Amino acid sequence: MHKLLLSVTVSTFALIAGGTSAQTDITVAIQLEPPNLDPTGGAAQAIDSVLYSNVFEGLTRFDGDGAVVPGLAKDWDISGDGTVYTFNLNSGVTFHDGTSMDAEDVKFSLDRARSEDSTNAQKGLFAGITDVTVIDPMIIKVTLDQPNGSFLFNMAWGDAVIVAAESIENIASNPIGTGAFEFSDWVQGDRLELVRNDDYWGTPAVLETATFRFISDPTAAFAAVMAEDVDVFVGFPAPENLPQFEADSRFQVLVGNTEGETILSTNNKMPPFDNLLVRKAVAHAIDRQAIIDGAMFGYGTPIGTHFAPHNPDYVDLLANSPYDPVKAKAFLAEAGFPDGFTTTLKLPPPSYARRGGEIIASQLRQIGINAEISNLEWSQWLDEVFKAKDFGLSIVSHTEPMDIGIYANPEYYFQYDNADFQALMVELNATADPAGRTALLAKAQKIISEDYVNGYLFELAVATVAKAGVRGLWVNQPTAAVDLTVVSWAD
Amino acid sequence: MIRYTFARLTSLIISLIVASLVIFSVIEVIPGDPASFMLGINAREDTLAALRSEMGLDQPLALRYFDWVIGMLQGDFGNSWTYKTPVSELIADRIWVSLPLAIYALILSTLIAFPAGILAASRRGGVSDVTIMGATQMGVAIPNFWFAMIMVLIFAINLRWFSAGGFPGWSDPIQGLKSLTLPAISLALPQAAILARIMRSSLLDMLSEDFIRTARAKGLTRRQALWRHAVRNALIPVITIIGLQFSFLLAGGIIIEQIFFLPGLGRLIFQAISARDLIVVESVVMLLVFTVIIVNFAVDITYAIVDPRLRRKS
Amino acid sequence: MSRGLIIGAFLTLIFALLACVSLLWIPYDIETFQIPNKLKTPNWDNWLGTDHFGRDILSMVMMGARTSIAVALLAVGIGMVIGVPLGLFSAARRGSFLDEFIMRGNDLIFAFPSLVIAILITAVFGPSAVNAIVAIGIFNIPVFARLTRAAALPLWERDFVLSARVCGKSETRISVEHIFPNIMNLMIVQGTIQFSLGILAEASLSYIGLGAQPPTASWGRMLADAQTLVSIAPHVALVPGFAILLMVLGLNLMGDGLRDLFDPRIKNDRT
Repeated sequence: MHKLLLSVTVSTFALIAGGTSAQTDITVAIQLEPPNLDPTGGAAQAIDSVLYSNVFEGLTRFDGDGAVVPGLAKDWDISGDGTVYTFNLNSGVTFHDGTSMDAEDVKFSLDRARSEDSTNAQKGLFAGITDVTVIDPMIIKVTLDQPNGSFLFNMAWGDAVIVAAESIENIASNPIGTGAFEFSDWVQGDRLELVRNDDYWGTPAVLETATFRFISDPTAAFAAVMAEDVDVFVGFPAPENLPQFEADSRFQVLVGNTEGETILSTNNKMPPFDNLLVRKAVAHAIDRQAIIDGAMFGYGTPIGTHFAPHNPDYVDLLANSPYDPVKAKAFLAEAGFPDGFTTTLKLPPPSYARRGGEIIASQLRQIGINAEISNLEWSQWLDEVFKAKDFGLSIVSHTEPMDIGIYANPEYYFQYDNADFQALMVELNATADPAGRTALLAKAQKIISEDYVNGYLFELAVATVAKAGVRGLWVNQPTAAVDLTVVSWAD
Repeated sequence: MIRYTFARLTSLIISLIVASLVIFSVIEVIPGDPASFMLGINAREDTLAALRSEMGLDQPLALRYFDWVIGMLQGDFGNSWTYKTPVSELIADRIWVSLPLAIYALILSTLIAFPAGILAASRRGGVSDVTIMGATQMGVAIPNFWFAMIMVLIFAINLRWFSAGGFPGWSDPIQGLKSLTLPAISLALPQAAILARIMRSSLLDMLSEDFIRTARAKGLTRRQALWRHAVRNALIPVITIIGLQFSFLLAGGIIIEQIFFLPGLGRLIFQAISARDLIVVESVVMLLVFTVIIVNFAVDITYAIVDPRLRRKS
Repeated sequence: MSRGLIIGAFLTLIFALLACVSLLWIPYDIETFQIPNKLKTPNWDNWLGTDHFGRDILSMVMMGARTSIAVALLAVGIGMVIGVPLGLFSAARRGSFLDEFIMRGNDLIFAFPSLVIAILITAVFGPSAVNAIVAIGIFNIPVFARLTRAAALPLWERDFVLSARVCGKSETRISVEHIFPNIMNLMIVQGTIQFSLGILAEASLSYIGLGAQPPTASWGRMLADAQTLVSIAPHVALVPGFAILLMVLGLNLMGDGLRDLFDPRIKNDRT
């Protein structure tokens, strides 16, 4: 009723004014509600989904294709040895409370994130910074302990946004940033509202207001979109319903890439998975297409290694582990387990894991492996699987971009310890030449694929369902974000 | 009477202390570190330690228990770890959804159950009695989350009479009420069925009592006797049940709140448990238990005032 | 015997039979998924159709009946085995400190929101059928304890108990030999009702993912899995819903029928 009234008023106004009749408000649903509104103090992706680029901005930012573009820094110089970055800031930038944004705020934000009592979830992003110096109000100099090819990329993360000392105290409930939208209201458990920042330093947003709603239940999500309670649903949780939206002219469905390699995480130190043949057997017992069809209703790209298929450096290694239960059984027998064995399969809450896990358990049963499923909440998963490494198998999507480096850390939860690979990563970090990097990355992908470190399943897809008239939405999710700065309604 | 009240008060206080101990110890042994949940998989050990000490998790258990209890006695429920706001504010926000929803469901179930129960009792064995009793059997047997699912499909998606869920707030009371209608019906259905059955059997009990026989001997018809004497007397057990149902409705809406994505107390607990926001879980559960214990206490005292025999029995 | 009792017993028997048969045979193996065969509407091969993994729904319903019945039965069993002796003891020592203690303890359990406690138990021990049984069982204890005490109290004033006392029988012996046989019928009726509530509770718990874990089939999880498919393949959501509905309906009708059968007061009133 409210919305109806509003659109009636808007169109009446349009008739009188004879101008555009486009709607200027939008209701966007996402699955999870942010626990608080401080992107610099917690890992919850929902915080970034709502605030990234809309309310908070960093020195650099990601665009919709994942490229790093200038943000609050309009340009920068990198010293010859690659350790000193000098950023020139955009002028005329103000925070939503009216205070100006200058080099002091950048220094404050970076120093706060890397300080000892910092609760930044991605503190590693700032690890190499040894000094942050204000040159003048519009110029800031950041010194690193060694060259870091991904520093500009790191500064684009939602955890590296620029905040102000004046407003930091209440950031969790009243976030004050520099973005094209201002935070307006948060009814916890239901919705969060943003309004356009009319004093924005860059191109102002088209939309006047944006309302975020939080709907995690897949049935409720379907109902809310069908009943047109929401205009856009980013990260729609039930792929099985997408064909219905596609068939309905009221809606558009955008299916894009994420950085999420979904893998059957394998505990490489736990017998019998410490045996390469066993891991090889598991890899050959998995029918990827059945998992993509059964768990994701066809959405997802099969992967043969831990790398995003849309990345130019991706190598197709699916041929290393085709679905072949007979071969799988043979490998298992060769490893000394002709009758199979029993292990655990610990699954976190997302449906790719829960449904995928049921399918994989059924596929493993075909070759005699009895994988006992236990469904865990995230906090339990973090404790049991990630920290205590008390698991045989698990399924999880690794959504951090460019994260093949985790295989060089023998302490990481799947406990892969290969000196060659670790040396390769050291070499990669020291290599700046693009062709050389491509070759090294290809080598890295091959090593982990041929070592069958984990079962490589598929690259997670992200589906956005929107009303037909909405324009300017991100199709892909290079980072967790619902960037509304260029979103508009067609006339 | 004073002795009785005093005895009941003592057991009330002991109950509350036991309840708080049970709640605290159960919740403290739940595995899962709140700090690592909040900081995710890339968190470093020093960051986790900083957050744990910020949340007071490095304090000894006994100290945290006493802090919690003393805080509650002063009306301070502590600060939510994930929401970073006072728990009392969270509860106050959510109760404005859960309480109206429970009352709405209660009113609906009473409105359905009373006429149905009275009609069934007055036409005992007749067609309407058999139909109503059959319907109540169905009502009790339907899983309410399934019923809710089907109602959403029919009334929100196909007919579009109601929105599929969510709560727009009380700024527009009609909209607010409308958004609570489907959830309230889902909650009310099994309650109405139970209540109608109790109403009917309680009326039938009354009809066999002496004073009704006397009234009928004086020439009142069965139906007149029912309306003039039985209904009023049958209300006592019915109201007791309503009281019991109310506390059930207040906490029992978790699944329904989930299906209709309502920002109520039930969903708050659910979210808090999975986020390991233990301080919120402890305080909300304690509040619910406290409410029930106090209601029971009030009921007992009221009964004792009304019926002095009870005092001596205890 | 009333019509309700016959219908109820018939429905209950059907599900009990399905559950028993499933121990020996089900139409299709539900542990092997046939994904290309998913979401088939009912047909000659799959009488109730197939689900999102291509599993035969009839086989799932049969296995689910087994899970539901086992969980509910064991939960009610816990409630009876602990609750009835507590109630008998309380009645035998009526007015004592222990009686007061037991009854207050019961009130306290009732004061806890049951679903929240079930969720907490699962959060501590992880989800499994056993934890569902324990969670439902705990809340059955005060039901039986209170009912037993209430039913046993008046019996202690009756002549046959008084004469047993005169003969020097202990309170325990009287409770077992004289009180318990006289409240058995009541326990059977209440047991049936609690059994049906147990089926519903198991369904709710597994609906929110707290019951038996896959690949064990359970009606509540079938519903949870099917909820997004309602508009594509309605049968997937309707079948388990009706299974729960009919099973609970059957048990309730049977419970009511038994009550009428056992309770002479109502019978007298009827004649």
